[in-house]
Amino acid sequence: MNAPHAIDSGAPHAATVVARTQESPTIFTLQLRLDDAAAQAAYRFAPGQFNMLYLYGVGEVPISIMSDPEERDGIGHTIRALGRVTQGLAALGPGDRVGLRGPFGRGWPLQEVSGCDVVLVTGGLGCAPVVSVIHYILKRRERFGKLVIIQGVKHADDLIWREQYDRWAKLPDTQVMVAADEGAAFWPWHVGRVTELFGLARFDPGCAVAMMCGPEGMMRAAVGSLQALGLPESRLFLSMERNMQCAVGRCGHCQFGGAFVCRDGPVFNWGEAQPLLAHRGY
Amino acid sequence: MPIRSDRAGFLPVAQLPSLVARLMALGYQCLGPAVENGAIVMRELDAPDALPRGLQAAQAPGHYRLTQDPQNRYFAWANGPQAIKPQTFAPQESLWRVARDAEGALQFAAVIPDAPAQALIGVRACDLAALAIQDAHFLREGRRDEHYAQRRDRLFLVAVQCAEPAATCFCASTGDGPTPSAGYDLTLAELAEGFVVEAGSDKGAAVFDALNLSAATPQQIDAARQQGQAAAAAQTRSLPDRNLRDALMSRLEHPRWDDVAARCLACGNCTAVCPTCFCHAEADTPALDGRTSRHERIWDSCFGESHGHLHGFNVRPDIRSRYRQWLTHKLATWHDQFGRSGCVGCGRCIAWCPTGIDLTEEVAALTVGEGTP
Amino acid sequence: MMTSVRKPRVAVHKFSSCDGCQLALLNLGEDLLALAERVELVHFAEAGPLDPESDVDVAFVEGSVSTPEDIERIQQVRRHSRFLIPIGACATAGGIQALRNGANGAQWVAQIYSHPEAIASLAHSTPISGHVNVDFELWGCPVNSRQMLAVVNSLLLGVAPHDNADKVCTECKRHGYPCVLVSRGVACMGPVTRAGCGALCPSLGRDCYGCYGPAENANTDALAAQFERQGLTPQAVMQRFQSVNNQAPVFLAAADKAGMPRDE
Repeated sequence: MNAPHAIDSGAPHAATVVARTQESPTIFTLQLRLDDAAAQAAYRFAPGQFNMLYLYGVGEVPISIMSDPEERDGIGHTIRALGRVTQGLAALGPGDRVGLRGPFGRGWPLQEVSGCDVVLVTGGLGCAPVVSVIHYILKRRERFGKLVIIQGVKHADDLIWREQYDRWAKLPDTQVMVAADEGAAFWPWHVGRVTELFGLARFDPGCAVAMMCGPEGMMRAAVGSLQALGLPESRLFLSMERNMQCAVGRCGHCQFGGAFVCRDGPVFNWGEAQPLLAHRGY
Repeated sequence: MPIRSDRAGFLPVAQLPSLVARLMALGYQCLGPAVENGAIVMRELDAPDALPRGLQAAQAPGHYRLTQDPQNRYFAWANGPQAIKPQTFAPQESLWRVARDAEGALQFAAVIPDAPAQALIGVRACDLAALAIQDAHFLREGRRDEHYAQRRDRLFLVAVQCAEPAATCFCASTGDGPTPSAGYDLTLAELAEGFVVEAGSDKGAAVFDALNLSAATPQQIDAARQQGQAAAAAQTRSLPDRNLRDALMSRLEHPRWDDVAARCLACGNCTAVCPTCFCHAEADTPALDGRTSRHERIWDSCFGESHGHLHGFNVRPDIRSRYRQWLTHKLATWHDQFGRSGCVGCGRCIAWCPTGIDLTEEVAALTVGEGTP
Repeated sequence: MMTSVRKPRVAVHKFSSCDGCQLALLNLGEDLLALAERVELVHFAEAGPLDPESDVDVAFVEGSVSTPEDIERIQQVRRHSRFLIPIGACATAGGIQALRNGANGAQWVAQIYSHPEAIASLAHSTPISGHVNVDFELWGCPVNSRQMLAVVNSLLLGVAPHDNADKVCTECKRHGYPCVLVSRGVACMGPVTRAGCGALCPSLGRDCYGCYGPAENANTDALAAQFERQGLTPQAVMQRFQSVNNQAPVFLAAADKAGMPRDE
């Protein structure tokens, strides 16, 4: 081979699990470190991007990166054990090995929203892609206005990172609202649809941006509420999930209309995504 | 680009083997038409004179039958189920492999194919147009696919003008045929007494020169030109020659999708025979000893269940949404990705659909009353 | 997550069947030795070891439940197995012997055997899943070595086996076989049949006869209509769905529908 450029073979980097946290009965977080120290040191990502994690002999899954982009020791991934690969990943512990390719895709528009309020709307495990945004903003608090975190879950037991929500709620200029369709004992937050909380959100619609992640039906409802509060479509963003296998816009599975979600997303402006989201099947 | 009179040679029919011999001497594995399962396929030629004569096929929706060309020509067949695509975008291949040692440490290594240099003899204008699209996809700036590139770089393409389009052909309406205009190394137009030959690349010109052809006469060049025009005029199907993007994307809930879903088997044959479809799945094949695994890609189809698979959810659980995904990608959103439609008018999806679904008919039904006729 | 110290214990049980699926293991050749390195074959009558009542991690079950004794025994197998995996058309759909489900079995027995009272068989032949919970099903008549290895490999890796319910056509086209339904007009069942065989019949120019059972989203109506356009009588269409997977619900419904009298 005498190719003048690096071969785009797509082979992953070897990585080691440095820490594992059980977040809920089915959700866990793996902190990974690339085995090649130089590669780990050089690894950079933007909040909202994702990695492909490989489980030996089984395959790869796309997982959004939830750690802070300036953390150099490891790369955090919060995962729900559901399919073959994620169930296998769930069995891993510190010292176990995986493969990692990434980061891929287009992240949240964090540069563009400096100085403005940020409204984060998430449902279910959708919180993972925006948790990196929360970390990002909290570490760079002076660059942003108010931070509003709105999280919806089906059942109270589905909420992960409860302590973090409690902690965030106590921070200045930070509003945390959580809703569960079904509550439980000792549930301190709202019981009902997450959209019922939007009226309580305190932000300046003239200078705010919303970032959403979660079930598409929930996001559609959230958009209605946000637009009613005066947020224009151009400042509504969502992170989409599609079947990403190659992660480089080649395999075709994640196509969403003309977009390859892995490459052109996963973060889209609502206006880009909305026309097709209205049709089941795209 | 019509056949240029300034640089066209003439290869007498009896000397066709000398072209194959030349390519074999250059080290090319030569592939030409052969019959398998009652269809014309591209298979390796074992000798310069092994190209078959008289092959032809009658095609109709869901129907393909071999026939005999009464004029016993070499290339009087329109096309078979496959031509170039499997040679460049392999149906199944390893992308990388991983070794796991006793401590569980993983070592990854790319598997780059050592592809043979191949000459394909008898490719059509539609397939060359499709190859240009596949090139744009797999050799995209900044994301060149080395597996595809290896094979693509070693390809020598001998194109042939289609003289006898099948009833399923409509390349004239998509602007992609029936006379090859670009993307070939050599192109042939078959006349009764021999072939008008033209080179389209440097490596094609080198072979052209080595054949020491006499110049084609103006009469021969004109006959070839007329043959191409007649082949275009003989096509009975067509797609509207405009961008169908908005027309289709504004009809995503049209009742015709339910109608076609009732006839569609979701077998994926259309996507497999389509020369522009590029979807593939990735999967691991671990060795039984637990120490190595191969990561492979295999052709996949938007008609399959796993194509729309998400974590615990399927975006396209039913046939209606799968057919709609295929057609709207091919003819609508393809424009966003590649600046043109994904259909080159080869008609394979019509002939090789087991239930004979005709995309030109579906498009007509979906867009009835829309735009200019 | 390396291999645990203890090798997984595997049993292979036979119910009402022809033994053909067990050959998928026996025919592994060298791979069978490699397999023996990684698992402990506790019970596999065809290969030697006999210990049907030991606890195992994985039990492969061939054959349908067809006799009163089978009903008892499958419960026992379930109790002793962590993962229970029916293999083959008999175990997943009742097999060819389930053709009796729609007939008068007692009458058949009386016609064939001189002492019908010596025959103890149930009126119906039924799949394993009709009697106990199953953890995965491997379709095919017979299943093949490649499928068996993939299942074993997945279990060794600690993950669920991959369930490929795509159509035979997907494998057929990857191999580059021209579609025989189109090129020969034969009544190929590939478009409604589950992949896994590697399109064996089309590779030989033959039409698929559905031995891997129904694929996902099998549009049997559209295929039956196509068969009729190709000249098959309703009776012949019905018979296409009445092969080794005749009791698989999707094929059973398709056969019933094809055989129903229609107003012209």
